[in-house]
Amino acid sequence: MVLQSSLKNCFQLFSILRTPKVGFRSTTSGGLIIQSISNDVYQNLAVEDWIHDHMNLENRQVLFLWRNSPAVVIGRHQNECNLRLLRQKNIKLARRRSGGGTVYHDLGNINLTFFTTRKKYERMENLKLVVKALKALRPQLDVHVTDRYDILLDRQYKISGTAAKLGRTTAYHHCTLLCNADKFVLTSVLKSPYKGLKSNATPSVPASVKNLFDEDPSLTCEMLLDAIAEEYATQHQIDHRIALINPADETVLPGINNKTKELQAWEWVYGKTPKFSISTRFNMIYKDSVLDVKVDMDVKHGRIEVCNIDLPEQWLPPALCSELVKSLTGSKFCPNEITALATTLLRVCPQDDEFHSRWNLLCENMIMLM
Amino acid sequence: VCIHRVRSCSSIRFIKSKYVCVFDKSSLKFSHQQRLFRTSAVSHGQIVQFKLSDIGEGITEVTVKEWYIKEGDSVSQFDSICEVQSDKASVTITSRYDGIIRKLHYNLDDIAYVGKPLVDIEIDASKGLAPEEDVVETPPMSHEEHTHQEIKGHKTLATPAVRRLAMENNIKLSEVVGTGKDNRILKEDILNYLAKQTGAILPPSPKAEIIPPLPKSETVPAAPKDKAHKIPVPVSRPIVFSGKDKTEPVTGFHKAMVKTMSAALKIPHFGYCDEIDLTQLVQLREELKPLAQIRGVKLSFMPFFIKAASLGLLQYPILNASLDENCQNVTYKASHNIGVAMDTEQGLIVPNVKNVQVCSVFEIASELNRLQSLGSAGQLGTNDLTGGTFTLSNIGTIGGTYTKPVILPPEVAIGALGKIQVLPRFNRKGEVFKAQIMNVSWSADHRIIDGATMARFSNLWKSYLENPASMLLDLK
Repeated sequence: MVLQSSLKNCFQLFSILRTPKVGFRSTTSGGLIIQSISNDVYQNLAVEDWIHDHMNLENRQVLFLWRNSPAVVIGRHQNECNLRLLRQKNIKLARRRSGGGTVYHDLGNINLTFFTTRKKYERMENLKLVVKALKALRPQLDVHVTDRYDILLDRQYKISGTAAKLGRTTAYHHCTLLCNADKFVLTSVLKSPYKGLKSNATPSVPASVKNLFDEDPSLTCEMLLDAIAEEYATQHQIDHRIALINPADETVLPGINNKTKELQAWEWVYGKTPKFSISTRFNMIYKDSVLDVKVDMDVKHGRIEVCNIDLPEQWLPPALCSELVKSLTGSKFCPNEITALATTLLRVCPQDDEFHSRWNLLCENMIMLM
Repeated sequence: VCIHRVRSCSSIRFIKSKYVCVFDKSSLKFSHQQRLFRTSAVSHGQIVQFKLSDIGEGITEVTVKEWYIKEGDSVSQFDSICEVQSDKASVTITSRYDGIIRKLHYNLDDIAYVGKPLVDIEIDASKGLAPEEDVVETPPMSHEEHTHQEIKGHKTLATPAVRRLAMENNIKLSEVVGTGKDNRILKEDILNYLAKQTGAILPPSPKAEIIPPLPKSETVPAAPKDKAHKIPVPVSRPIVFSGKDKTEPVTGFHKAMVKTMSAALKIPHFGYCDEIDLTQLVQLREELKPLAQIRGVKLSFMPFFIKAASLGLLQYPILNASLDENCQNVTYKASHNIGVAMDTEQGLIVPNVKNVQVCSVFEIASELNRLQSLGSAGQLGTNDLTGGTFTLSNIGTIGGTYTKPVILPPEVAIGALGKIQVLPRFNRKGEVFKAQIMNVSWSADHRIIDGATMARFSNLWKSYLENPASMLLDLK
C-alpha cells in the first residue's frame, strides 16, 4: 500500500506507452494528473473515493480526468430522476458521495476532479482554471464562472456543474463539462415523473444546457482534456503528461474493488434516498368499469415506511388488501421487490381467477408508481 | 482496580516490609493517573462541546444531512460524526475526541452554524483496552492530530494501542491493510497480518520475556543459569473478538416467503427419488444446440425436462391439480403452466412457462430464454410469476444430488433436479460404460396423491428422457 511504488507503477505503464524518458522526480511534490481508462461510472467514482481516503495530499495536488458511458449520477442527498426511463434505456444509476444535484453523464461529457488538502480547497480557482484552458484553446468562446460555481456559455447556457466533498484532511471538487452529450436524453432522464412528491432533499435547479460542440464543432473531448491538463500543469508547475490509471487494478489501488461494490449496492444507491412521500390518485380499468384508487406512501431510506391504499369498497376482500399493505410496509421501494412480493403472497390467497386478475391489476398499477 | 492495588500492596507488605514505602508511593501515583482512565460508565467524565469547525470558503451555515452516531454511542477520535451540506459541497465532520456522545444539537435537515456546538461529548478513555495495556505508560489522548503518522508519505490511522502492538511485533503499519472506519488499522488487522506472516493464529502477546517463578530453594544457585536459559514464553491471553450480532426486521419479499413457506408446511409432503440416465439426451442436445442457435435460442436441458413433465401430466393429471383451503375440492388444472425456479438477487422466484401442453420443445426453450433474461434484469412481470400449476427446480446447476423440495402452494407437486454426473453403470450386456446420471427428487401432497401415482409419473418422465425418441410418439 505504499503510494510511491504505486505511482511508480503508473508512470512505468505510462512510460511504455508514451515517452521512455519520464523521470520520477516530478512526482514527489507539486501535482499529478491522472486519467481513467475505464468508462464505468462506479469504478471511476470508486477511484475518487480511493484517492480521498488513501492519498496524502500534504504537498501534492491531483487532477483526475474521467468519462462515463451513459449514467445518471445523483448527489448524496438527492432523490429525483426518471427511473423508468433509465431502466428502459439501460442507463446506469449511481449515487456519488459529494453533494449537489443530479447530472447525466455520457461519453460526450468530461469529468474533472481536483484533489487537495482540506485547507487548500478552493472551487473558484479550479473553475477559473478550466475557463482559462477553454479560452486558451478557443479564444472566441464566451465562457465565465458564476457565483453558483457554474460555468456558463454565452452568459446563459450551463456547460458545467460542480459538487464537492470535504473530509477530515482532504477535499475534492469535481465538475462536469459538456462537450458533446446527448441533450435530449439528458433533459428527459433528469425530470422526475412524480406529481405530488414532497421531500427535504436538496432541490434540483433546472437549467438550460448547451454543448461546447454546438458552439464550435471542431472541439472534441480529447482536446478539452488535454487543454485542461496543460493549464493545470502550467499552474502547478508540474509535468504535463497524463498518467493512465486502471480502476480495477488492485495492485495500484488496493481495496478499490470493494469501493466499487459499495457504490453499486442497493443500500447506497437507493437506500440513501432522503425521506419522501407520495400521494397520488389513478384510474384502473377493469372489465367494464373504471376504478378510482388513491395511494399514499412515505418512503425513507428507499423503504416504504407507511402505506395506504384506498380502493372502492369490496373490490378486493378487505382482509387481503390489508395483508398486502402490511407486506408492503418495510419493503424496498422497488418494482422488482414489489412484483416478487405480490406474486408470492398470491400463493396463500384464495385461488379464484377473478381475484387473481384484480390483485395483479392493482399490483401492476402500484409498480407503475416506482 | 484501585482496591486491587491496595490489596497487593498489603500482601507484599507481609513478605518484604522494607519495600512498602516504595509501593505505597507508586500506588498513589498509579491511582491518580488511573482515575483519568477508568472505564466504568458510572463515572462522570468531562463534557466537552464539540463545535462545528470552519468549512472554508467563508461559509457560516450548513445543513445537517446525516448523523452517523446517536446519543449514547461511543466514538473514537477521527470517527465520522455527521455529514453536512453547504451549497453543493458535502462535508464529513469527524470527532476530535474519544468519548461518549451525550447530546446532538441539531436534527436532520436543521441549519447548523460554524463555531456553534454540534455535539456534546463526554471525554473518557477509549473503552475495551485489554488488560495488557499498561495504563501508566499511555499518555492521555491529546486533541491534536499528531497521533497519525506519516510513513513513507502515506497516512495511516491507528490508535496508540494498535501502534504499540505493531511496534512490539516489528510490523510496519504501512504494510497492514486497515479495515476500520476510514481504513483505520484495528487490532484485528494487526493480528491477521501476524497470522499471515507465521501461518498460525497467534495469541496477541508482545514479545515479553517472562521468567517462570522458581521455587524458593533454587533461587540463589539457579540465578546465573536462568539468565542463560531465558526462554520467552508467550503468555496466552484471550483473543478479543469484537464482532456483534446484527438483527434486522424481515420485510418485503422475505416476509411474503415466510407466509408461503409456512403455508407449505401444512401440506403433508412425501418424497420420491430416482436416478435418470441422460446419456442419450446429452447426445441429442449436442446435435440440436447449433440448430437452436441458428434460430437465436439457447438450448439447455430444461426444455426437455419441462416437455417430458407435461407429457407425464397428461397421463397423471392429479399432479397438476390444486386442493382448496378446506380440502373439500380438487381442481384439475387444464393448462400445464410449469414453473422454473430461478435464483435472483431477490432470492427464489418462480416464473412459469404457460401452456406447455401445446408448446414444442423449441418454443419452451425460447420462452425460457425470455424469462431468464427478464429474471436477471429484474424485470419479470406479475403475469410471468403467477398462475403456475407445477414446478421444476434445477438446483443441480449449483450442485447437489438428492434434495427435499418444498411444494409451492397452491400446487401439489414439485421436482428438483440434481447435477449431471458421469458415473460408471452396467449396460444390458453387463459391461461397464460411462453414463450421464442425474438424480431427481419429487415431493407431492400426500392428501390427494399417493406413492404409486408419483412413482408411475416419475417412471414415465424418466423413460421419455432416457429414450428421447419415445417422446416423438406422444408429442402433440
